[in-house]
Amino acid sequence: MAFTAMVGARIRRREDPRLITGRATYTDDVRLVGTVYAAFVRSPYAHAKIRSVDLGPALAHPAVVAAYSGHDLHHAHGLKTSLPVAHKMPDLLTPPHYLLAFDEVRVVGEAVAIVIAKTQYAARDAAELVEVAYDELPVVVDPLLAMVGPPYVHESLGTNVAFRMPLRAGDPDRAFAEADEIIKQRIVNQRLAPVPIEPRSMISSWDEGMQQLTLYSATQIPHLLRTQLSIVLGLPENHIRTIAPEVGGGFGAKLNVYAEEAVIGWASMQLERPVKYVETRSECFQAMIHGRDQVDDLEIACTKDGTITGLRLRIVGNLGAYHQLLTPVVPTLTLLMALGCYRIANLDAEVVGVFTNTMSTDAYRGAGRPEATFFIERAIDMVAQRLGLDPVEVRRKNFIASTSFPHTMPTGLTYDSGDYETTMDKALKIVDYAGLRARQAALRKEGRYLGIGLSTYVEVCGMGPSAAMAAGGWDSATIRIEPTGSITVLTGISPHGQGQETTFAQIVADELGVPIDHVSIIHGDTDKVQYGIGTFGSRGTAVGGAALKLAIETIQAKAITIAAHQWEANPDDLEYREGKIGVKGDPSKSMTTAEAGFLAFMGDHLPPGLEPGLDATRRFEPPNFVFPFGTHVCVVEVDARTGEVKVEKYLAVDDCGPLINPMIVEGQVHGGIAQGMAQALFEEVVYDERGQLITGTLMDYAIPHAEQLPHFQLDHTVTPTTVNPLGIKGVGEAGTIGSTPAVVNAVIDALAPFGVVHIDMPLRPEKLWSAMHGASNGVTR
Amino acid sequence: MIPVAFDYVRATSVDDAVRLLREHGDDAKLLAGGHSLIPMMKLRLATPATLIDISGIPQLNTVAVNGGRITIGALTTHAALAASDALRASAPVLWDAANQLGDPQVRNRGTIGGASAHGDPAADYPAALLALDATFTIAGAGGERQIGAGDFFRGMFETALASTDVLTAIAFDAAPASAYVKFHHPASHYAVVGAAAVLTMNGGTIGAARIALSGIGDAAFRAGSVESALTQVDTADSAAVRAACAGAAAGSEARSDTFASGAYRAAMADVFAARAVALAAGRTKTRR
Repeated sequence: MAFTAMVGARIRRREDPRLITGRATYTDDVRLVGTVYAAFVRSPYAHAKIRSVDLGPALAHPAVVAAYSGHDLHHAHGLKTSLPVAHKMPDLLTPPHYLLAFDEVRVVGEAVAIVIAKTQYAARDAAELVEVAYDELPVVVDPLLAMVGPPYVHESLGTNVAFRMPLRAGDPDRAFAEADEIIKQRIVNQRLAPVPIEPRSMISSWDEGMQQLTLYSATQIPHLLRTQLSIVLGLPENHIRTIAPEVGGGFGAKLNVYAEEAVIGWASMQLERPVKYVETRSECFQAMIHGRDQVDDLEIACTKDGTITGLRLRIVGNLGAYHQLLTPVVPTLTLLMALGCYRIANLDAEVVGVFTNTMSTDAYRGAGRPEATFFIERAIDMVAQRLGLDPVEVRRKNFIASTSFPHTMPTGLTYDSGDYETTMDKALKIVDYAGLRARQAALRKEGRYLGIGLSTYVEVCGMGPSAAMAAGGWDSATIRIEPTGSITVLTGISPHGQGQETTFAQIVADELGVPIDHVSIIHGDTDKVQYGIGTFGSRGTAVGGAALKLAIETIQAKAITIAAHQWEANPDDLEYREGKIGVKGDPSKSMTTAEAGFLAFMGDHLPPGLEPGLDATRRFEPPNFVFPFGTHVCVVEVDARTGEVKVEKYLAVDDCGPLINPMIVEGQVHGGIAQGMAQALFEEVVYDERGQLITGTLMDYAIPHAEQLPHFQLDHTVTPTTVNPLGIKGVGEAGTIGSTPAVVNAVIDALAPFGVVHIDMPLRPEKLWSAMHGASNGVTR
Repeated sequence: MIPVAFDYVRATSVDDAVRLLREHGDDAKLLAGGHSLIPMMKLRLATPATLIDISGIPQLNTVAVNGGRITIGALTTHAALAASDALRASAPVLWDAANQLGDPQVRNRGTIGGASAHGDPAADYPAALLALDATFTIAGAGGERQIGAGDFFRGMFETALASTDVLTAIAFDAAPASAYVKFHHPASHYAVVGAAAVLTMNGGTIGAARIALSGIGDAAFRAGSVESALTQVDTADSAAVRAACAGAAAGSEARSDTFASGAYRAAMADVFAARAVALAAGRTKTRR
């Protein structure tokens, strides 16, 4: 039988049949006998003292099983450990973040009590009966005001500034003194809601006999969640099992440890009954982490020929009221990627993290890098516009050369590999850039406004080297050759839509020479799978897949030892060829991995001293991040009568190294572009000045609909990395990172005849219509 | 969906529904397709004590064309209207509205009667029905009565329906030169501005026009000044059509929200009114 490589093939996802036929088991599908249902009482105020909480009326409800206030948890039950924040910032202010608020609430939607009843309907009814008396306190939602507060979100800190992180490189003062032009611009990166289709969902049960807590939760990090639950609840970690069943979208919002997860776990221990909680969409808008929300002040120094010589930058990150798991880390990632793919030697930058009376911001698809890519790609276009140059040529002039990788940046990161110009040239050729510019000129004469926008992004992912991560950055894989030859893989990552049940099986099928159907990929259950870090930061394949490759190598080496003993040959004379063990230079003899595995299982034909069994657990510690890149081109037409944006063409030429399954890569890029385009055009979380959430439902908050999106044309270049043995880079976030600036650059380009330099997102029709009708408010000209 | 507890009864006929409304009083709500009411119940913004389900009442889900008169049963779904060739030929303004309303799930369940009775200021049908000068047939405690569209839509979530009334049918004269165009809200897909035009054409010139707008004020309304300005306008002259449509929202106080200010809504009323007129006029040409 001829060997057909699975890696590189467009194999349909093996996850999909169960998902599209409704047979997948999400957390809310988990039914445990005797389950009771929780509802949380949440603050209607953005900042208030809690004077009293009266659970009495709720407890009097006939279906209510129990109710607890924050005061009960903190004082009566001693749950005083703060929720975790993972960071390596010595001067970070970390105000306490208790499971339920008991003295003060600091954001609308903060939970102050939990009510548990026999049905979810009764739980919701009874939660409305809880009487909470509040004394309102002053509110601050604007981070620029909060920076110079009072009012203070945490009065005892005497400031709202949680941290400042400066970064200086080269000689920025000289660069600015010698610049031909200096461009100043404030760029606001608006707040977003992640809106996974499945909201936060959890069910916990307690086995009193075994003293065992089991928590099913829609999480991206089952192991890290277990560790943190152990700390917060004071329960030994080996008495906790966390399970991430099918997870309906995460986008970083489920890369967290939520108060609700700990409270539900604790409540099931109190009641010795399973407790389930599935939040409503309204709660998801209020109390799931938000993304972005930065105010970035830029000054760009350049010479007449378009060379960018220096960047001054202040990043103000709106952290929200409390730290969640990675809240302070996100804006620091923006700082690290502030220079994009450009040779800018002189940098004077600072990140300021600020508390406000809003929901915590945290990792949302891209997590800090979209903000950086957005402002640096906008900056390139502003330089081009100021100097009358083509934005393509400004990019070309400032690109890091393909010959200079690995390339250490002034920010301290070392970019692994790249060839930015080749990728851009490929994109320009595909779209016929010169033709587009000619068409734009012709249409302008007819009063039609076509815009062409580029984004030549680079991002940092494959998170990451443990030295640079707040917790370990490695991941793990176990491979077991079962006695009958099927192969079980246990991966430490926790895929929830990324398709690794398929791509990992493709890798194993090729390397160990089995039909793909003989490989099963197990994940997301801490009682089955060895410790792993999880799925986020486009690390699943770049780190988890690399661990899998190491485990494959260990299996292959042992299988060769077994075959060599069987054939009375020297192991050095054997090799793996097309998935089978053979003798170098002799095609007549072969042994399958399954045969070697069977011998290892029987145990009686093994070389002396070799342990029985054929399995391996390996961990991959990435020596560096990976840096995927690409060029996105967006073509829009702006309707002069309404300001509506029609996206006429969208091309993404991405480089994430070799593709294991091009169809899955395309799916990731499609989803990423959709979310990035939605930030550019539609999405915005709005709090009013009293901290009330204005965009709290899907009737107000616009996530992208299929009919609002154009056809996405995709292409690739392939520049492998040396950071991992697969040569691959992550692709989960690249679409989001690359697309937003391409869309905005296109719209601003369309409005160039009106002298428009910048308009903040989202680019609602009214803003553009106003800009075309001479408005000055909110428009930089 | 976790609403407050409620009782549920099924009405077997229109008379039965009226009787049940009288019996259960103001705390009862009629349930047709449920696609306005149930979302409000989910958010606990609506907490009816009793739902009277009228969706099973026979004969209220028909589209009848009698000569030049079209009568639509109140329980006809948006999807049925959107798929009706008869409606497309005789009153494309309403066919347009049905096709642009909500998404397939909403269209499959929601009904023209329910949507009209809800009185949402950003709904699509009110503009189309005002432009068609439709007649609403209402069964109530005092028997059956008829009321014109101009008197039906009263204000925000407010119609001429009393608490014991059941809307049973909507009728109007055929209007082949008609159209509805809509500026979709990107989240809700309700109308930021919805514009309906019903034209009587003399060759290429407008003999008479009825123009109605939705999404702008507290209720849909007829743009009287635009209607008169459009008379005798040659629809081939797009600048003249646009000029006639200027000030379309003058008769209403335009609402502001996070997506669109009142001033912008009013400006868009002019643009979409002109687009509706152009589309309606174009339909007479293709049909000839």
